[in-house]
Amino acid sequence: MSTAYYKTEMEFFVDMQRCIGCKACEAACAECETNGQQSMIHVNYVERAVTIQTTVQVCMHCDDPVCANVCPADAISKDEFGVVHTANTARCIGCSNCVMACPFGVPFKEEQYDMMMKCNMCYDRTSAGKKPMCATVCPSQALYYGTREEMRQMRPNSVPVNTFQFGKLEVKTKVNIMMSAGSTMLKVD
Amino acid sequence: MARLPVAAEKIIEQFGPHLNFAPQEGYTGRDEPDKVVETHCCFCGMQCGIKLLVKNNKVVGFDPWMEFPFNEGRLCPKGVQRYLQNNHPDRLMEPLQRVEGIGFKPITWEDSMNKTIGEIKRIQHTYGNDAFAMLSGVSITNEKSYLVGKFARVALKTRNLDYNGRLCMVSAGAGNKKAFGLDRGSNNYTDLKKAEVIMVCGANVSETFPTLTHWIWQARDNGAKLIVVDPRVIPLARTADLHLDIKPGTDSALYGAMLRYLVENDLLDHDFINNHTTGFQQTIDAVKDYSLEWAEQVTGIAKEKIATAAQWWGKAATSFLLHARGIEHHSKGVDNVLGCINLVLATGRIGKPYCGYATITGQGNGQGGREHGHKCDQLPGNRDINNPAHRKYIAEVWGIEESEMPGAGYTAYELIEAIHRGEIKGLISLCFNPLVSLPNNNYVREAFEKLEFYATIDFFLNETARHADIIFPGSLHEEEEGTVTTAEGRVTRIRQAVTPPGQARTDTAILLELAKRLGVGDKFTYNTSEDIFNELRIASRGGTADYYGITYEKIEKNMGVFWPCPSIDHPGTPRLWEDKKFATADGKAHFNPVAYKDPGEVTDEAYPVVLTTGRVVSQYLSGTQTRRIGKLVNQYPEPLLEIHPELAAQYGIAQRELVKVVTRRGEAEFPANIVETIRKDTVFIPYHWPGRKSANQLTPGTLDPISKIPEFKVCACQLVPLRKTAPPPQEAPAYNSI
Repeated sequence: MSTAYYKTEMEFFVDMQRCIGCKACEAACAECETNGQQSMIHVNYVERAVTIQTTVQVCMHCDDPVCANVCPADAISKDEFGVVHTANTARCIGCSNCVMACPFGVPFKEEQYDMMMKCNMCYDRTSAGKKPMCATVCPSQALYYGTREEMRQMRPNSVPVNTFQFGKLEVKTKVNIMMSAGSTMLKVD
Repeated sequence: MARLPVAAEKIIEQFGPHLNFAPQEGYTGRDEPDKVVETHCCFCGMQCGIKLLVKNNKVVGFDPWMEFPFNEGRLCPKGVQRYLQNNHPDRLMEPLQRVEGIGFKPITWEDSMNKTIGEIKRIQHTYGNDAFAMLSGVSITNEKSYLVGKFARVALKTRNLDYNGRLCMVSAGAGNKKAFGLDRGSNNYTDLKKAEVIMVCGANVSETFPTLTHWIWQARDNGAKLIVVDPRVIPLARTADLHLDIKPGTDSALYGAMLRYLVENDLLDHDFINNHTTGFQQTIDAVKDYSLEWAEQVTGIAKEKIATAAQWWGKAATSFLLHARGIEHHSKGVDNVLGCINLVLATGRIGKPYCGYATITGQGNGQGGREHGHKCDQLPGNRDINNPAHRKYIAEVWGIEESEMPGAGYTAYELIEAIHRGEIKGLISLCFNPLVSLPNNNYVREAFEKLEFYATIDFFLNETARHADIIFPGSLHEEEEGTVTTAEGRVTRIRQAVTPPGQARTDTAILLELAKRLGVGDKFTYNTSEDIFNELRIASRGGTADYYGITYEKIEKNMGVFWPCPSIDHPGTPRLWEDKKFATADGKAHFNPVAYKDPGEVTDEAYPVVLTTGRVVSQYLSGTQTRRIGKLVNQYPEPLLEIHPELAAQYGIAQRELVKVVTRRGEAEFPANIVETIRKDTVFIPYHWPGRKSANQLTPGTLDPISKIPEFKVCACQLVPLRKTAPPPQEAPAYNSI
């Protein structure tokens, strides 16, 4: 696996304000040859009865990935660039520990293969200097892949946040969520 | 005899719609394509750049085209999956003939041509030339639009040619011609970036032009205020600074009241008005009684919100006003457009950087397709078929006598009415599915059943083609070279990625063969699409839509050229009116007075609820293509009746309860989707589906008196709850409904 072109300064940013629920990201993600027409990114209505707001959930690539920590088969690994890789097909035993443990609800069990699948931030593309497919096609750029400095210049009204508080658990992630200026953390009680 | 030869179910069994899903492992050869073709999406007016991956003469996948300046790789779900229209099991690959009681049987090209030419000649000999009509569409290239215009006048010698842009951009076109003397968005989208105020009127940008969303957000990042005028909280309205939740059919009241506010508060550009416009006084006289209170009563928008919108608009230094079908699909569509233009002219913010105005053209070549003589009253260069000088010039280009040039014919819906009356007996169509896309479509179907002969050119057997006597298998977007003109007025290159499969031919080849057999082959001697484009350049020369200076080479080198481009050394015109010389006869921009009128149908005791129609992000227009792509169908599998919880409660309607919607034209049943994101007095149904699931069974054929666009966006309906829950969509599929 070549890492020659991996741009470590590039980060992933998600801005829910901009999400229009179009599912271009899902469609494009599913096209990846390793995904077998399954999308690793998920767009859902928050509560359609009251709002058109959608959320988009991509793997957050945690600094200390719970999915990897709870994996009894040591099938999930984080690499030197902070990318948390999907389960190693040889090792995964389909136990679903990761599915239950992930605070963001990202991994899912693919029953036909009896193994977990999740986003690896398009390693084939990002390691070759390209943007992940979802962030490439996203028509509103709710999904953006670039540098923190680019983001600061382009979108001065919001800031990237990558610290999340789930009850007593604090989680730091490689992926950022854009929040209103001044925010430093997203608390999920 | 244009009745169905057999039951629709039997036709569907053979010709679909069937759903195409990519194989789980992707199509073979995707990783090692024979070629990667830089072209454009086949769907909307954004014409996003996209790369198609080709293996063994089949499109097997896509790749983002990062360098194309408008979308830089961004796509919507339709664009991502557009490649699945290629390689599709429903693809028509041989000419077909209607056989009573059997369906459609393959026939040779020779026989299909002979039969068609024979019928054209018989009908024209018996009833006159104009009794044979042509309907076309604007998903086709500029070259084909031009060719169709010439084919109808020179080969068919009929005045009755019109196109499906009649359901799309004609109100905007008519308004722009009145105000500016030219029909094109005044600015390209880079002028959005530093606009202080953006007003989006009746344009569900995020679902119908998703890739435009990014441009609007770029402006918002720079501090722009966004005003969205729409009866629903569309995705773009959710975060807008101001959402004007307008009652359908009342748009011109809003713009009239805003204009009056600008006048009363002197938020006007007097220099611009005095030096570069006409008609200001009559225009403001027309709105002198349109107080905020009156506008609140008519439009249902709180007067404070109207005042805020007017104030923001009036005080801005830069701005961009965009509108689309939401204000144009009305019996006063042209009035609504002029109401918007009056606001732009009053503040003088046009012809300058970040001061923009544009309709967002809907169809892929909605812009180019309305310039090259494809309309019933038009000749190439956006010339007027009734103007003697224009007729003379084009007759010379075409090598015919001016006296041979037919006059203006019926517009699309009037043409259907003429078929009903028995005035038109034969029809050939291309790229148009009126049984789904025209209003009051039970009436439209009856018209098709009266035709003595109907031939169609298409790549799938759509709902209308089921009524055909002869079906010519034509070409997909990726099967022919050409150009299109995007919503920005940018002429771009469509590249042939693959050749038509089986016995299918390019649309151009079919039209040229028909022309030859009609005895005018000498007027249609083109070897390539570029040959047609080069004739189009000459034909458009000196017209308002002047393409003379645009060449294939120049388009390719510059990733598009904006018309007007009158000479080879001209760089094109991304922004109009920088010299303040407008294309009107007096060189000025024209204010046009707009007195408020009610829509063609208003609610009453019998029909107490407002019905409006529109689109969803995963489907495109009549669905001929997108109702055949599996995941797009699954994304929004059936039309739902959007209804506010308070209105639902009045009728005791529960979530997913089937509701019969009844109008003066017809009735249809839809599952209720109870949402707070719509006005309490209005229901919404998207229109992409056929048969019993078609919203256009309900819509009225009321036409704008100038543009002749039908009033899809407002009518009156009754709601009859059926006290049963709708079955899951997979049990009662809508994509192939009969």
